[in-house]
Amino acid sequence: MNSDVFAPWEDPQAKPLIQFRNVTKRFGDFTAIDDLSLDIFEREFFALLGPSGCGKTTMMRMLAGFEKPTEGRIILGGQDIDPIPPNKRAVNMMFQSYALFPHLSVRDNIAFGLRRDNMPKHDLEDRVEEMLRLTRLERFARRKPHQISGGQRQRVALARSLAKAPKLLLLDEPLGALDKKLRQDTQFELMDIQEKTGTTFVIVTHDQEEAMTVASRVAVMDQGKLMQVATPDKIYESPNSVYVADFIGDVNIIEGRATANGDETYQVDWAEGQAPLTATSATGFSNGQTCHLAIRPEKVTISVDRPADAINAVQGKVHDIAYLGNLSTYHVALPNGTIIKAQTANTRRISRRSFTWEDPVWLSWTATAAVLLVD
Amino acid sequence: MRRAFLIAVPYVWLLALFLVPFFIVLKISLSDTELAIPPYTPTLDLSQGWAGIKDFFSQLDFENFVWLTEDDLYWKAYLSSVQIAVISTVLTLLVGYPIAYGMARAPVEWRPTLMMLVILPFWTSFLIRVYAWMGILSNEGYLNQFLLWTGIISTPLTILNTNTAVYIGIVYTYLPFMILPIYSSLERMDESLIEAAEDLGCSRLQAFWLVTIPLSRPGIIAGCFLVMIPVIGEFVIPSLLGGSGTLMIGKVLWEEFFSNRDWPVASAVAVVLLLILVVPIVLFQRNQQKQAEAEK
Repeated sequence: MNSDVFAPWEDPQAKPLIQFRNVTKRFGDFTAIDDLSLDIFEREFFALLGPSGCGKTTMMRMLAGFEKPTEGRIILGGQDIDPIPPNKRAVNMMFQSYALFPHLSVRDNIAFGLRRDNMPKHDLEDRVEEMLRLTRLERFARRKPHQISGGQRQRVALARSLAKAPKLLLLDEPLGALDKKLRQDTQFELMDIQEKTGTTFVIVTHDQEEAMTVASRVAVMDQGKLMQVATPDKIYESPNSVYVADFIGDVNIIEGRATANGDETYQVDWAEGQAPLTATSATGFSNGQTCHLAIRPEKVTISVDRPADAINAVQGKVHDIAYLGNLSTYHVALPNGTIIKAQTANTRRISRRSFTWEDPVWLSWTATAAVLLVD
Repeated sequence: MRRAFLIAVPYVWLLALFLVPFFIVLKISLSDTELAIPPYTPTLDLSQGWAGIKDFFSQLDFENFVWLTEDDLYWKAYLSSVQIAVISTVLTLLVGYPIAYGMARAPVEWRPTLMMLVILPFWTSFLIRVYAWMGILSNEGYLNQFLLWTGIISTPLTILNTNTAVYIGIVYTYLPFMILPIYSSLERMDESLIEAAEDLGCSRLQAFWLVTIPLSRPGIIAGCFLVMIPVIGEFVIPSLLGGSGTLMIGKVLWEEFFSNRDWPVASAVAVVLLLILVVPIVLFQRNQQKQAEAEK
């Protein structure tokens, strides 16, 4: 691996900043976090991604100190943080509701944490100015939180949590309250600020696009367990389970039986009277084992005639077309009723599209386009 | 037309029930006392026409107001009323705030019950409840019996007919007026604000002082005014629980009216009391308005 690529998780020598060691958290009978171990490294932008109730917020609240693990330990910078109360941790949190103090001005909100440290007045003012500049809030310093817009409030919350220069910044659904356009701009701003300050960020989100955009690594969670922890491209291109494949982006899942067919290549029998599909896989399958072939819609080519050199090709009828402007997603019904989605860029005008509803079409993809999954 | 009517209704209401009685009291305060029915003069005699009205106005004077400044009973009573009102407001706040805080922090399903318990005393007559306190606080009352039984004291404490009894009565009676506005401001507070304060380095106590108290300030101010304004003119509690040493303007007013039958002086006392109360009422209104604006 190229040495200037930031990937401390690949380096066995690197010491993680945060370590979850067999952490379990129960609320009464409910197990929110189930025997979970995880390493997060310094300067990482780490995303915890999952549906609501998967335990991602509990993970964050344990890091902040608002919840204590029922079992297991959390190590921050080599130190067990269990006995340290929230106000003594070098961790700051940006709350989902922003939790700005309504009775204080923007400036006083940002200075709030610094004042608790009895920072000398001069240094304090410099630091507040720096934060105001970083988040481009200089002009709003004297306003109260209810006098500024949602996007500005979000930046105040960020500035306030960064002001104390924490070792670790926690962001709980930081962009949830913003509209889509502003959210996209803010995502890049967040990445910028993370790079400039060199702080380790842990972000909690249910928005997979947001996690993919900002994070260096993404942890997909479900029911208190980690399903997969990897870089965004690995999560997308080679998910380790149907759950992850399905949770991240759009995917077609075809169930079938695998038969070995050469080195790391398998044939998948998936329907009566249909030719088997061919796919490569690094994970081994025994002959006749049930497998799931997962293929992303944009990796499926749609055409009127059967492509001559295609390894995998199936015929079907256009059932539905989702027109997204730049892209179109075709829902193609196969003879056995299965629907396969294929996505293409609309490089031609819509009037010159060569097929429409109910037209017979061919879907094809290469052997390496799909991933074979056990479950 | 309909709009004008809608606006007119509350104004007519105020005119009939507030301004007209006030002007009658003001007129009596400018009159002279007389052994007659009604016990003051002049009375307006419209049968005399314009001359009667002129005659009526020429007989009005500020004599009674001058009298209020000459006898030191009155200004001492005003001062003592304000003092008792301020002290009992502070006491009510000290008792009421923790209760309101506890209610706001209680599990959501408990809150309506707790609220009911605060309002429950209103289901019985105020007068009866104050009489009940006489039974508790008297020398042979329950409190003394209990303290004697536990052995903390050997001779009964004299509480009834002292200012202490008045404070106890006021705090007891006006407590709900303090609790409810504070509770409503605390209940609306976002819990994550406290977490944010702790996250930024506050101890529990600092977070309470720097976040909870400032955010409940509108409730504290509203509660203090709601207690202080009626207590200044309070009559029942000092006359039933207080002693001869308890000097409050409400009591003086009552005595002028019913014992002394000096309606003009009593009216003058009432007018001055109203002027004293206008100050806190205006401040209270401003607080309410500011709060409403901040919530917009």
